[in-house]
Amino acid sequence: MSIKEYRTTVEARGGLLVVKNTPGVAFGDRVRIEDHAGQIRNGQVIRAADDEVLVLVFEGTDDLDLESTWVRFLDEPVEIALSPEILGREFNGLGVPRDGRPPVLSSLRRPVGGSAINPAARTYPREFIQTGISTIDGLNSLVRGQKLPIFSGSGLPHNRLAAQIVRQAKLVDESSSFSVVFAAMGVSYADAKFFRDEFANSGVLRNVVMFVNLADDPPVERLTLPRTALTAAEYLAYDLDRHVLVVLTDMTNYAEALREVATAKGDVPARKGYPGYLYSDLAEIYERCGRIHERHGSITMMPVVSMPSDDITHPIPDLTGYITEGQIVLSRELHNQGIYPPVFISPSLSRLMKDGIGKDDTREDHPRVAAQIYALYARAQETRNLASIIGADELSERDRRYLGFADDFDQRFVGQGEAEDRSIEATLNLAWELMSSFPREALTRMKETDLAKYYQGSD
Amino acid sequence: MTDTNKSGVIRDINGPIVTIELPGIRSGEQVKIGELGLFGEVISLRGRQAVVQTYESTDGVRPGEPAVGVGWPLSVELGPGLMGGIFDGVQRPLAKIALESGDYIRRGISVPALDRSKQWELTPSAELEPGATVGPGTVLGTVQETLTIEHRILVPPGVTGELEEIAPAGDYDIESTIARVRDAKGISHRLSMYHRWPVRKPRPYLKRDDGISPLITGQRVIDTFFPQLKGGKGAVPGPFGAGKTVVQQQIARWSNADIVIYVGCGERGNELVDVLETFPELDDPYSGRKLMERTLLVANTSNMPVVAREASIYVGITMAEYYRDMGYDVVMLADSTSRWAEALREVSGRLGQMPVEEGYPAYLASRLAAIYERAGRVETFNAGSGSVTLVGAVSPPGGDFSEPVTSHTKDIIETFWALSKELADARHYPSIDWVTSFSGHVQTAAQWWHKEVDPNWEKRRATALALLARDAELLRIVNLVGPEALSSAQRWELEGAALIKEGVLQQSALDEIDTFCSPAKQFALLDLAISIFKQGEALIELGVPVTELQNLPLLAKMRRIKSMYSSEQLDQINGFREEVDQAMEAIRIEYAKQAEVFSD
Repeated sequence: MSIKEYRTTVEARGGLLVVKNTPGVAFGDRVRIEDHAGQIRNGQVIRAADDEVLVLVFEGTDDLDLESTWVRFLDEPVEIALSPEILGREFNGLGVPRDGRPPVLSSLRRPVGGSAINPAARTYPREFIQTGISTIDGLNSLVRGQKLPIFSGSGLPHNRLAAQIVRQAKLVDESSSFSVVFAAMGVSYADAKFFRDEFANSGVLRNVVMFVNLADDPPVERLTLPRTALTAAEYLAYDLDRHVLVVLTDMTNYAEALREVATAKGDVPARKGYPGYLYSDLAEIYERCGRIHERHGSITMMPVVSMPSDDITHPIPDLTGYITEGQIVLSRELHNQGIYPPVFISPSLSRLMKDGIGKDDTREDHPRVAAQIYALYARAQETRNLASIIGADELSERDRRYLGFADDFDQRFVGQGEAEDRSIEATLNLAWELMSSFPREALTRMKETDLAKYYQGSD
Repeated sequence: MTDTNKSGVIRDINGPIVTIELPGIRSGEQVKIGELGLFGEVISLRGRQAVVQTYESTDGVRPGEPAVGVGWPLSVELGPGLMGGIFDGVQRPLAKIALESGDYIRRGISVPALDRSKQWELTPSAELEPGATVGPGTVLGTVQETLTIEHRILVPPGVTGELEEIAPAGDYDIESTIARVRDAKGISHRLSMYHRWPVRKPRPYLKRDDGISPLITGQRVIDTFFPQLKGGKGAVPGPFGAGKTVVQQQIARWSNADIVIYVGCGERGNELVDVLETFPELDDPYSGRKLMERTLLVANTSNMPVVAREASIYVGITMAEYYRDMGYDVVMLADSTSRWAEALREVSGRLGQMPVEEGYPAYLASRLAAIYERAGRVETFNAGSGSVTLVGAVSPPGGDFSEPVTSHTKDIIETFWALSKELADARHYPSIDWVTSFSGHVQTAAQWWHKEVDPNWEKRRATALALLARDAELLRIVNLVGPEALSSAQRWELEGAALIKEGVLQQSALDEIDTFCSPAKQFALLDLAISIFKQGEALIELGVPVTELQNLPLLAKMRRIKSMYSSEQLDQINGFREEVDQAMEAIRIEYAKQAEVFSD
């Protein structure tokens, strides 16, 4: 293996270097850059031609000059070292320790790019995960191997919710807890500290690997960070047979870094300046989660996506929603009413719920309870709109019942304590209690047998 | 492969777009790139250089590595062994690849689509003797491909002449010679059970025919309200979470086509696995066999290479045309054409082509139209009839139907099942919006319904749609001033529309009974809902207060009856009809009495 070193940089802009006269450099290879002060930076070849290559510098191109910059092509892809020792550690996007401890020593190194799972090797996810949160367990159930993002907005408590899920997530009939891979991209120091403290206080820290890129760290590093984190997750899941929960926060910062680099490269923009390949790029990350035939471990993913100006049609949440298997949407309105977690159920959805719930997994009435609650809540929302125009006093008795239901539902079912870990039984019983404020005939989604067994109304 | 004329060298690698120097290569030809032998396709030529789009990631490929022309454009293998399989976007068999390369797809792996070692039992056509004149479409023999599908081995397009020999009945692998044909020039063609066909070229047929019968999907809002014909083309646009995939999967499950080809184009891996795991368990309601025996999957999930995604739709439709040529009715579902269009955009962006709308290239509309035009009902070369119905899912960004892919698709297709976010949020599934959806096939479908089910079909359908339109109008008033401002008759109209929505339009894919609804049950439910509405309307004219009608328990039963009795239990549904008539009659008599008392 010949290592090639050049001092033929002709251009440096926006995180990119153009290096001339570099025959035989492979596309995707890792690059080391030594600047005028002898500092080392890392990069990757993103275009390789006969006479010149384009290098993406993870630490950015600030303070580089063209004359004294040495570029060394390492003839290997971007990789990380893996061993069971990674648990309890904190790294940056390139797998370099951030916790002041020595690097992980291991002969096992894997390229972070990963490759596509063969669809024929996948198994359909169907094991219900109890998160202890009613709006998720009861109405938008998470299953092992699913990717279910939290759509949030600035100032909303998505971090607290993600931390609560990490603390409480378990399978109903298994005591084994999850290993957690935590990937933070462009988060503030305070947010990173919040998670670090959370993990330490709840005693899960030795089951957590953290990959952190703070808001003031180089944005380009955010492009490899989720890939590095998922390579670690795949190692934990498929080499060490663990069930892994991956929390990615905040994917919006990732997409913005991607846009920054794409613009510097001169890629044709599609929507809002994001490159046309944003969908494929996000899919490369999200689709690394799942269940594989005859593998004991699994990867479940919970990305946090903050919606710029709370706009769910913004390209980042929009494309995410098309890839992930549902979404949990937080609402500013509920948050302002002091309801935690402020999950707005109407736009929230879990696509993989249908096979993880019901008679053999949770309880036989679960699918119909979810459908019924949704139908009642949708009607109640219409009534709320009406009440805001004509006043609640003008409503019929039937409509006022919907209004009362919606308020109870928001306060008691959606709202719960940050330390409150509700069992699925408790969630479903609470749903019945709320639904029983309606006469039997109004519960058209329920079967007669469900009504006979669980209905608590007076008639 | 190592044809010295067709060997060149790599010059530039820009993601999946690779520039090679290879004089003499043809546009569209397949190329093997680099030491890994990654497959690609020439998309443009300039001087000595050619631009290639590769179907796999080019990581680790270097300028200076070799590039070799394969000699033919992207083509698929057509022969027995396709049914029940799962292939990637360039027709590599994924189950076999999993055996060879494990859970992940190794780059450069090359496995032929059809199993070379498998023996098929060929039954040659009885009437064919050496000396007979044969041409494209002549059935040389048949092979039982799955328990459901009889695979007809046809003389491929382009071969006409005198049959020199035909193999006797027996077991053959797909490469064995089963016939020889001498053409007019005296050239002898060796025919086996399979042949190749370039995917970007539509397969020929004798002539185009009009669609005549509806594709029955067992979904009320589709069959009854916005029918599709066998050989038609339709689109299912909808924002994420509106239920596109469930609609597509329901069509794949329950439609009365002979063959279903499901192309997962840039979508979720887990959804394809759902089909892969459940279809071998589910029974086909028409043949009684397992659904997988008539189903073929093409899977290019969103994380698989983007160029192969662009190819996957062509690969799917070519296989659909192949079965059409055998005389089958084929349904192809493409989920999602937006991802296909994005693949087109990505490649065009890397080529530096001038974008027109939202970054899409100028040829988006013509390419889309060309794909949809490959659907249709045709007269095949052997004077039989076959059809390809194409239903494409569209994923408009932000749910905005005015974006380029949705709007261009809308111009081409005949059936438009628009999914609504509002309906989905209220868990009204399928969330096909009755206001914005349309079908250009109602007249043709009506002929079938009137003959096969009930002569009042078109009338009932129109009544229901009128009631739903009236409902939308009244709801606008209610939203401004509240329901109390409406008259009794208007409030009963709202109730009637609610019965149609909840008792007829809503249909749960997860409900064991209601997931499939026969045409007869569809009509029975619609007729029942309208009958309740009409009888109630008459009672209100007599002065019956609307609240008394609203409190009738039969309204709740009307909403639930669809999942109480299956398509075989029409008697029970008709029994309920009598219940309704009696209850309404009782109210009428009571009020007639009261009216008499008052008039006394």
